[in-house]
Formats: sequence, structure tokens, C-alpha cells
Amino acid sequence: MVLELQKPRPVWQIMFSTHHTDVGYLYLVFGIVFLFMGGVLAMIIRTHLFFPGQGVLVSDSATFNRIFTVHGLTMLFLFALPVANGIGNILVPIMVRYKDMAYPKLNAIAFWMNPVGAALLWLGFADTTWVSYAPYSIIRAPGPAADMFIFGMKILGISSILSSINFVVTIVKCKHPDLPLRRVPLFAWSMLTVSLMTIVAMPTYAAALIMMLTDRLGLSGFFNPFAGGDPIAYLHLFWFTFHPEVYIFLLPAIGMMYEIIPRFSRKPLYSQASGVFAFVMLGIIGFASWGHHMYSTGMDFTTKVVFMIGTLAAVPASGMHVFNFLATMWGGRIRFAAPMKFAVGGIALFFSAGAGGVLNSAMPLDFISHGTYWVVGHMHLFLIGTIGFGFVAMIYYMFPYITGRMYNEKLASAHFVLMFWGTVQTFFTQHLLGLEGMPRRVYDYPTEFTSWTQLNQISTIGAWMIGASFAIFLASLIYYSAKGKEANMDDPWGIGGKYYYPVEAKNPHGGHSGY
Amino acid sequence: MGHDTAEWVFVAIVIAVLCYVGVDSWIVQKEVEAVPADAEVIKVTGQQWFWSFEHADGTKEISTLHLKKDHAYLFEIYSKDVMHSFNIPDWVVFEDAVPGHTNHAWFAPNEVGTYPIQCREYCGLLHYNMRGSLVVEDDKS
Repeated sequence: MVLELQKPRPVWQIMFSTHHTDVGYLYLVFGIVFLFMGGVLAMIIRTHLFFPGQGVLVSDSATFNRIFTVHGLTMLFLFALPVANGIGNILVPIMVRYKDMAYPKLNAIAFWMNPVGAALLWLGFADTTWVSYAPYSIIRAPGPAADMFIFGMKILGISSILSSINFVVTIVKCKHPDLPLRRVPLFAWSMLTVSLMTIVAMPTYAAALIMMLTDRLGLSGFFNPFAGGDPIAYLHLFWFTFHPEVYIFLLPAIGMMYEIIPRFSRKPLYSQASGVFAFVMLGIIGFASWGHHMYSTGMDFTTKVVFMIGTLAAVPASGMHVFNFLATMWGGRIRFAAPMKFAVGGIALFFSAGAGGVLNSAMPLDFISHGTYWVVGHMHLFLIGTIGFGFVAMIYYMFPYITGRMYNEKLASAHFVLMFWGTVQTFFTQHLLGLEGMPRRVYDYPTEFTSWTQLNQISTIGAWMIGASFAIFLASLIYYSAKGKEANMDDPWGIGGKYYYPVEAKNPHGGHSGY
Repeated sequence: MGHDTAEWVFVAIVIAVLCYVGVDSWIVQKEVEAVPADAEVIKVTGQQWFWSFEHADGTKEISTLHLKKDHAYLFEIYSKDVMHSFNIPDWVVFEDAVPGHTNHAWFAPNEVGTYPIQCREYCGLLHYNMRGSLVVEDDKS
């Protein structure tokens, strides 16, 4: 296995391959590149908000609006989805004991749609915000940026539907006959859940995008109130897709933690059944709560109550995941190597984000928090705190198997401490800013409320810490993949046990033996 | 305690907390949405990028709204172009202004002072500057 490592393949061989690990590597590299591009935009946003009233970094609000729009799109669709797909591509076929994904060519096609969509989003640089609410996106958003946004999202949406179909068929139809579905590892279960959710949810948004495009062209007036349409219809279609999409981003990270936590606790998983149940529950209940994004649009009391119940109903299942992790760690001989640090940090932040989410879902409290920095802090606790930490944990976990070398544990610790502290400082502070009433998506804020200025500056310093931590991450990824010590491929962390999944993944063109 | 029992107890506690949150917010929201019958109607119109107000007696104001202490007010919220969100954070007045729809929010200020009014839904170029102020005055007349 290591021998094969020492003979690096030319890049074009990976690029034009349809093998699942190669496509997985492409997804991973693509996602990590866009993580840093989106991260640079985040640094610009936070640094700009450090100095109120001066426009030091970004001189006009038009540019600023475009920056936070593309930051959001990049992190969600060009980082979170591709990285989950990448790791899914590498591990899922191995976990279900099949030679490849069910449709290898479709798999490669789905990946290669991503760069096209990414190019449209970045070259357009729209200012619609990632939610692109009608009627702003129809009657006021400047083209061609908004049109390029529509086509870019269209392409990314089709790509994610294709790869979802591929995952579902691979897991359900191509798994080894001796492997019952309930015994399929939980990471594969998370990919199965999110793939099914994507297939149900995404077509709705695809339809809404087409309607938005024809509205923009003046051919129709679905969402345009000045042509007889209703913007609220767009919000329903959008959130019907994108509230489930929250779970589509989140569940793969939870699945990755299920890979890491038992291994580094040196204990079997507390309960496979409870993990499967919680995934399926979230997959279903995720569709019952989209209206909580729209409490303040003039929704009547009964509808609000229904959506509040739907939202709260998702909490026990998330709690079951947390319980499962804690019960697995309980009494284990835990080895806090980098993957475990990030996984545990991710669980802590997942819990705090979830607690904040319960407050959001309570109707009277939502009228305080909605549309303020509270929401920014809340959703970043999920996006960085849970998804980011889960993905980083998994990247450290896969690092020896992909490169054959070991990362530097001290630098990884520094990365963890800076990132964890930075995340807490940045996003907990933003919750407070929200309670002080600061609206989100603002280019500038008045200086007469000193607390706004102070809290923004505290938050920005936290963001710089996250930025510094990712600079360490990038440097160590590059340096140690070339110059790191060779890893002990049987047991890189010296914790005993069997590491068959990633080791098998290392051997792309050999069969899967050793079961 | 057996393994399964521990998990059931945990799930039961979570569900109990959620029931409390749900029931309590149902009660509070019911109270919040009960508009007093004598509330004076104020028409609020959002457009890029300022708020305008029309009192029941027909007086119009732009950006600055003057109200009297210890009166109840019902805002009728409209939008002339894109979505906005009418917000007085200090009084938790918050409702979207959606073109083609009429939304409502009410409050009864009981303290004299000046409070910021802002827009809390992204509405384009000067969204950040779509600010106004509410002046609550003593009811001397």
C-alpha cells in the first residue's frame, strides 16, 4: 500500500478518472480550495465591520453586499456539500462493500458540474444574498450577476441530485448481500439520509429558480407582486428546500463523528440502532419546520404554532446523537488526537447551537432574534461549530491514509485551540449583538450605540483567530503531505483496533479484501 | 440503570423541556398578538431606503415617528418595492413589510424617549442605512 504511495500518479489520471476514490479526492480538493476562498471573504467582512462608519476596507455597500452573498454561497455549496460528497465517495462504497459507486460516470459528471457552477457564482458575484428573496432578486437585483447566480445554483442543484441518486443506489442496491441495511456504518447511513432528502427537497428549489428566471425576464409574474404574483410563495418554496438542506449539510458531519468517536474512545459505539433512528427521524422531521424562517412574514397564529411544533420535534433526535456520542465516550480510554479533539469540540458546539435553536423556534423569542446577528451567530455555530469541526476532524483522520504521512500533532493542537476559542468568541458574541438589536447583512452600523462597536470588535478578533487557525491548517496540509513523517499505516495513532475503511480506500485499483 | 433506560430518561427530559418551551411560547404569543380594541392605527410604508408613517388623522411623517406615551398603536405595514422588515428593537416591534401584503404589529410605549427604528430584512444597496427614530412624548393634551 505504501509502495503505491511512493509512485504518485500524474494529476490528469486522477482528473479524468471515474473511480470513486479519485472523484472523492477531486471533491475534497475542490471543497478545501473554496473553503479558503470563502474564508478570505469572511475575513474581509469581519475586518470591515471592525471599523464602523469609515468604510476602511470595503468602500461601498454594493461590493460589501456582493461579498457576503458569495461568502454564503461558497461556504454552503462549494465547501460543505463537496467535502461531504468527497468523503462520502471515498468511504461509502467501501462501507457497503462494493467495488465503486453504482454509476461511476454519473459520479464524475456530477463532480465536474461543480466547477462550472462555481465559476458562474464567482464571476457573477451577485448581491441578492444567498436566500435571494423575491421581489428584490427579481425587480431590483442587477444583472447579469443575478442571472449567473440562478444558472450557477441550477447547475449545482442538478449536480447534487445526480450524486444523491448515485449514493442511494450504491447503498441500497449495491451493498453486499451479507450486509443488512441496519448494519451499514452510520456515516453511510448519514449519506443515505441526506441523499434521499436532497432528492425530495431540491426539485422544489429548482422549480423556484426557473420561475425566478422567467420573472426576471418579464415572461411571468410568479413572485413579482407588481405582476400579480406573491413573494411569500417564493419564501415557501425556498425554505421547503433549504430547511431540509440544513440537515443535508449537518448530518454528514454527524456521521463523520460516528466514525471517529468510537475509535478514539477505544469502545464500541453505544447504539447503532439509536443512531440510525435519529438520522431517519431528522430526515423526515426536517421537512416539517421550514415555516420557522417566516414567522414574521405575516403568518397567522395557527400556522406559526404548527411550524413551531415541527421545529421542536427535531430536537429529541439531535439530542439522541449527542447522547450516543457521550455514552460512547463514557468510560472509554480516550485518546485526544487531533480528529478526536475536533469531533468533541464539534459536539460541544452542536449542543450550544441546538440550545440556541430551541430559543429561536419559540415564537415570541423569534421576534427578538429573527433577522439580527443572533441568527448569524446561531447558524455559524452549526456551520463552523458542527460541520466545520466535523469536516476538519475527518480531514485529519483521513490525512495519513490519503498521503501516507503524518500531520504534526502540535500544529493540529494549535489549530484546534485557536479555532475553538475563535468560534466561541466570534459567534457567541454575535448572539449578544443580536439581542442588542443589530440587524444582519449590514454594511455599516451607527456608532452611537457603543455596545455595538465593542461587540463587533470582539467578534472580529475571534474571526481573526479562526483565520489564523486555518492558515496553520493550510500550511500543515501542504507541508506535511510532502515532508511529513511516514505514517504507520496499520495504526497511525497507536490506539489499537482495526482501521479497515481508510486503509482500503488507499488502494484505489485493488479489490477489497480483509473482511 | 440499564443502557436503554438511561437513553429513554434522557429523551424524556428533552421532550419535557420542549413541551414547556412550546406551551409557554403558545401562551405568551397569544398574549402578544391580542391587539387592544382602542389601538390607534398608524400606516407604515417601507421603500428603498426609508420609512414613512401616516397617522390616523392624516398627518404624515418621514423617518421620524412621534407617538404619545401610554397609548396603544397598531401598525399597518406595507412595502412599495421589495421586502423590508419594520423593527423597533427596544419595543420588540418586528414584522416584515411585504409588497402586496398588509402586516400588523402593535405596541403601547410606556416610557418617554427616543428609540431607533430600522430595517431588518435585506433590501439592497442602502439596507444598512434604512434607519429612523421613534420619539415617545408625554401625553399633555
